[in-house]
Amino acid sequence: MKKTILTASLIAFGFSGSAFARDQIQIVGSSTVYPFATVVAERFGKTSGFKTPVIESTGSGGGLKLFCKGLGTEHPDITNASRRIKAKEVKNCSKNGVTDITEIKVGFDGIAMANAKAGPMLELSLKDIYLALAKDVPADPNGDTVKPNPYKMWNEVNPALPNAPIVVVGPPPTSGTRDAFNELAIERGCKKFPGRKALKKKDKKLYKKECRSIREDGPYVEAGENDNLIIEKLVADPGALGVFGYSFLDQNRDKVKAAKVDGVFPEFEAISSGEYPVSRSLFFYIKNAHAAVIPGIKQYVAEFTNAKAIGSDGYLVSKGLIPLPESDRAKFEKAGKSLTKFDGNVLKK
Amino acid sequence: MNKNTRIIAKSLKKRNRSESTFRLMGLLGIISAISFLVIILFSIINEGKKAFVSTQIKLDIFFDSKILDPGNSGKITEIENANYQTLIKASLLNFFPDVKTRNDQRDLLSMISSSEQENLMRTLTNDISLMNTKKEFWLKSSSKYDVINKNPEMIDFAEEDRLISNQQLFWFNELKKDNRVKFGFNKIFFTAADSTEPEQAGIWGSVMGSFFTLFVTLLLSFPIAVAAGVFLEELAPKNRFTHFIEVNINNLAAVPSIIFGLLGLAIFLNVMHLPRSAPLVGGMVLALMTLPTIIIATRASLKAVPPSIREAAIGMGATKMQTVTHHVLPLSMPGISTGTIIGMSQALGESAPLLMIGMVAFIVDVPESFLDSSTVLPVQIYLWKSTAARGFVELTAAGVLVLLTFLILMNSFAVIIRKKFEKKW
Repeated sequence: MKKTILTASLIAFGFSGSAFARDQIQIVGSSTVYPFATVVAERFGKTSGFKTPVIESTGSGGGLKLFCKGLGTEHPDITNASRRIKAKEVKNCSKNGVTDITEIKVGFDGIAMANAKAGPMLELSLKDIYLALAKDVPADPNGDTVKPNPYKMWNEVNPALPNAPIVVVGPPPTSGTRDAFNELAIERGCKKFPGRKALKKKDKKLYKKECRSIREDGPYVEAGENDNLIIEKLVADPGALGVFGYSFLDQNRDKVKAAKVDGVFPEFEAISSGEYPVSRSLFFYIKNAHAAVIPGIKQYVAEFTNAKAIGSDGYLVSKGLIPLPESDRAKFEKAGKSLTKFDGNVLKK
Repeated sequence: MNKNTRIIAKSLKKRNRSESTFRLMGLLGIISAISFLVIILFSIINEGKKAFVSTQIKLDIFFDSKILDPGNSGKITEIENANYQTLIKASLLNFFPDVKTRNDQRDLLSMISSSEQENLMRTLTNDISLMNTKKEFWLKSSSKYDVINKNPEMIDFAEEDRLISNQQLFWFNELKKDNRVKFGFNKIFFTAADSTEPEQAGIWGSVMGSFFTLFVTLLLSFPIAVAAGVFLEELAPKNRFTHFIEVNINNLAAVPSIIFGLLGLAIFLNVMHLPRSAPLVGGMVLALMTLPTIIIATRASLKAVPPSIREAAIGMGATKMQTVTHHVLPLSMPGISTGTIIGMSQALGESAPLLMIGMVAFIVDVPESFLDSSTVLPVQIYLWKSTAARGFVELTAAGVLVLLTFLILMNSFAVIIRKKFEKKW
């Protein structure tokens, strides 16, 4: 008995040090893309004869960090992202030898602001969102100088809004949803002030810092990478407003209702046409060097980019994905087939 | 009555009163703890028991060779790759002949779980004589209908708040009126791993993951911890250095578990290049976490063995090692085993350190070895909890029930061992 325990533990230790062959695709990344990627992976596993890929929901930033750590079977093959890769991340990738990647855009997602069904009906503008949630807000009407955000009530931001405390439950900084929200809602609201807009030309760094930062003094509550938790918090507190992706809104219409942003509801048509202001694209990135080593990567990409999945009648659309225009989808399907190398220079520095 | 007895008699009433308040407070504490437990258990069992059954719909399936084997080749591969969805659709349309448009037909077909196509294929390939015959099947409904069937109050919801449309509800009720709907045992829950469709998701994948992980944990932590405990208690000199080690082991037992996950990420994955998401790595991380628990239990039960036993053994000429292996260790084994089982059940319920090493992931295949990607029970519960689809609510509760069952089994096993083998000196 003692001998078997000893040998078994020796065997267990003996594994260490060697790299492992892997015949299963490993995917990390955005929690917004996760529900779509899992559906594709499951179908792929059932129909293709390859093993079903393993998918972790780490957030877009966390996923790209793992993805860019290097080549080799211990690093993931694909990362999902609810925003585009950043120039900084491309640099980090190539520093670790990950130079050849392919970018695939799979569709759009609207970022909805919603509250419980029992809560008041809200109509927000981007400017309201900025004033309610930014860390620093303009101290003068033109927006030349800033002061720490003093607003505690919605009607201090805009007299048309209810006399209720500002409570917004949303994702943490590691989330792609948060990045997109900062850029699409907060920054655009910030730009409405001429003084802030002028700052962009003068000092871009300071502008980015002041126009993309969310307040940390309480009214914005970080809820972790779990959108279901946000929904539950909203149901428990009808005065709170939540920030999450359209697909979660779609699945939880019995519990929450969306607020209008700049006069538009986050509905399917409005997001896909770009009329709804807070919408972003969803991506995944493939490590091309792995495609030759790990079986099934090309087939998985083919399954994901197929019209059956992300076309306007695709099975992901019924799960809440907002599809790309057909010509774009075909373009990315082709890129996935040939594993077209992504050119990092197209990104804004 | 002298002065003292008078004073005592005077204060007696007050002291008795505070005595009874004290008792009452204790009783209240116990009662509130028990009632919280009952509320939690009741709500979990109430929700979780629904997952053990699933809605099934009776359909007459005609294995039409024109659909399954149009070339009449008779080849099994041909029959395996045929479109079984068409059979289900034909059977449903037979029952609802006036459903004409493509959209309506798709809505109607969505009533049956897509997993049944594979089951029909299996049935047919196992018994090819079924070809061109009609057979009655109880097919699993898709999760949306299952949820409606289990929560009848949802029928009264407005159409846009309900999971299925009025039309779909009408179809479902028609089938119900014809006695074609029943609850059957949900076998998939106990045989499958995760899925994006609630009716196809099961707990078995994570049970196997937990098993492999805990096996590695036990193999690593038990021998190391017992050896360390014996050395520190029986053999090591009592000096500053051993005292320092002792203090550190006690501190390690209180370190938050996520720290061990970070350690696992840094050493097992980044330095030793072990695979992500593997039970081997999970087991190693949890072994680190369990070590201090078992060491402390080992030392405590070694301490409990009276010195007279050691003295007698040494007096008879035994060496220190013989004393330990022949007498002290066997006598303290019940205590050590109890400590080990408690440590193991702690490890079974742990999920935070596994987040760091990639075991919190969507995994469809049931793991078959220590290197296959897998999750564990608490992680599976967490993953289901964070999924949007309504059908996962009951699965989450049922997962909690399975985890609790395992924990209760392990802990009662520990109690039995202690009761049966423990020696009182």
